Amino acid sequence: MICDVCSKKDATVHLTEIIDNKITKLHLCEDCARKKGAEMEEHFGLSDLLAGLADFESKAMPKKEAKAKCPKCGMVYDDFKKAGRLGCAECYNVFSDSLKPLIKRVHGSVEHYGKTPISRFEAKVAPKKEFKKKKVADDIDELKGQLQRAVKMEEFEEAACIRDKIREMEKKEVGKKK
Amino acid sequence: MSLENLLNHTSEWLRGTGPNSNIIISSRIRSARNLVDIPFSHWANDKQREKSLEEIKAAVGSALFLKKSTYLELKDYSELDKQFLVERHLMSREHAVTQDSKGLVIDEKEIVSIMINEEDHIRMQVMQSGFNLTEAWRITNEIDNELGVNLDYAFSPKLGFLTACPTNVGTGIRASVMLHLPALVFTNQASRILQTITKLGLTVRGFYGEGTEVQGNFFQVSNQVTLGRTEEEIIDSIDKVIAQIVTREENARKAMFMRSKERLVDRIWRSYGTLRSAHIISSNETIELLSAIRLGIDMDILKDLTIPVINELFILTQPAHLQKMEKKVLSHSERDLKRAELIREKLGG
Repeated sequence: MICDVCSKKDATVHLTEIIDNKITKLHLCEDCARKKGAEMEEHFGLSDLLAGLADFESKAMPKKEAKAKCPKCGMVYDDFKKAGRLGCAECYNVFSDSLKPLIKRVHGSVEHYGKTPISRFEAKVAPKKEFKKKKVADDIDELKGQLQRAVKMEEFEEAACIRDKIREMEKKEVGKKK
Repeated sequence: MSLENLLNHTSEWLRGTGPNSNIIISSRIRSARNLVDIPFSHWANDKQREKSLEEIKAAVGSALFLKKSTYLELKDYSELDKQFLVERHLMSREHAVTQDSKGLVIDEKEIVSIMINEEDHIRMQVMQSGFNLTEAWRITNEIDNELGVNLDYAFSPKLGFLTACPTNVGTGIRASVMLHLPALVFTNQASRILQTITKLGLTVRGFYGEGTEVQGNFFQVSNQVTLGRTEEEIIDSIDKVIAQIVTREENARKAMFMRSKERLVDRIWRSYGTLRSAHIISSNETIELLSAIRLGIDMDILKDLTIPVINELFILTQPAHLQKMEKKVLSHSERDLKRAELIREKLGG
C-alpha cells in the first residue's frame, strides 16, 4: 500500500475510523508520519497522529485562519500542526473552523453532552432554594438535549417518552409557582 | 514526604477484590481539566506554570475529599523517585520528564492521584480494584466538583471541557480497565477480539498505558471518544464491551481446563517452580510467569497462594521499586539477582 501523503513509499501506519457507519482510512509511510509528529519516537500515539491529521485537514482550511494568531497566547495554526496540542482555551475559538472537521473526525461529534462545571456563584452565593430550582431547569434542559438526539437518530418512540417527561416536569414547575 | 513509606503498603487497587477481580485487575477514570486564564502547560511560560501550580495546589488544599492527601513538588525528587511513582501507576511517564512547576497529589490509599501541569493543568485519576468504573467515576465527579468551586475551568457549553489536545475535549474523561486474558491469548482469540474493540471506539494498550507493549497477557482497554456522549454513556459502553470479554475469557478458561488440563497444570506448576527457585530473573520473565500463576490461583490449581500477593509482586519487582528497597542504585544484573531473591522470599521458595 502506498502512502497517502507522499504517494511514494509503502504505508506502514494505518488509521481507520468509523463515523456514522462510514469508514475512513488514512495510510502513511513511516517517514511522512515521522515528519508530521514532532514528538513521535518509539510509539505512535493518537496526539501525534492528530498533528498529522491537522495537516491533512488543513489543505481545505479557510485562508483567513491559516494566518490567524490567537490573541491570548500567540499560537498560530502551524504551531498546532507541529505540536498536536493547542495553546490555550481561546485557541478553540480562533481556529474553530479548522478544528471542527478534525474534532468531528476523532469523536464523531462536535457537541458536548457531559457535565457542566458548578460555578462559584451557584456553590457559594445562591441560596439553597434557588439552587434546587436551577437544578430542575437543568434537568429539563438535559432532557431537551436527549429529545433532540432521539429525533436525530429517528428513535421516535423514545423521543415521545422524553417529550412527555419534559411536559410533566414543566407542569410541576408551573404548579409550584402558583 | 518520604516515598519509602509507600513501600510498606500495597495500593488499594491491588487488593484483588471487587467485581470480576479474577480477570479484571483494576478500573480507572482519568479526567482532564484546565484553567481558563492560563495557557496549556506545554505553551505556558515559567511564570504562568508557577501560577497554575499555586492555584491548583490551593484548591486541592481546601477540598474535603482530599483531606488525607499528600502534595509533592516533582523538582524535589530524583529520577529514581519519579520512576518509582510511575511504576506504582501514580503518575504518567510524560509527567516524569523534567519541566519546572510540576506537582503530584496522592491520597492516603493511593486511590486518587492528581498530576498538576502535565499535558493538561489537572490530570486526575481514580483507581478501583476489580471491575468498578461506576464507583471510580463517582469519586472523580465529587472531587472534580469540589475543585471546580475554587477554580475557573476552561469550559465551552458547545465543546465541553477544553483540553490541550482535541482528542480529550468534551468530558475529558478516559475510562480504562486492566484485563488479564491468558486463556484468550492461549487459544489465539485475543488479537481478533481486541481488533474488534478498536472498531467500537475503544483502544488497547499495555500495562503502563500509552506507548507500552502488552506483557504477560495484560491489556488495558479504554475509550477513545470523549465528546458527544455523557460520562455515564461513555462508562456504560465500555462496561458492556468489557463484560463480554470477561465472559469469553471465562469460557476460554473452562474450555482450556476441559481440553488440555495436563498441559495447563504443567505450565502453571513449572512457572511456580521457576519463580520459587530462580536466582537470576528478568522483569519480562517475571511478568510472564506471574501471569501463569495468577491464572493458576483463579483455576484452583495453586491453592496456597492469594491474588493480592501476586498483584503486589508485579509492582515490587519493577526496577525502581527494587532500588528503593535496597536504598541504592542497582545495575541491570544486580536487579535481576535482587528480583529473584525477593520473589523467593515472598513465595516461600
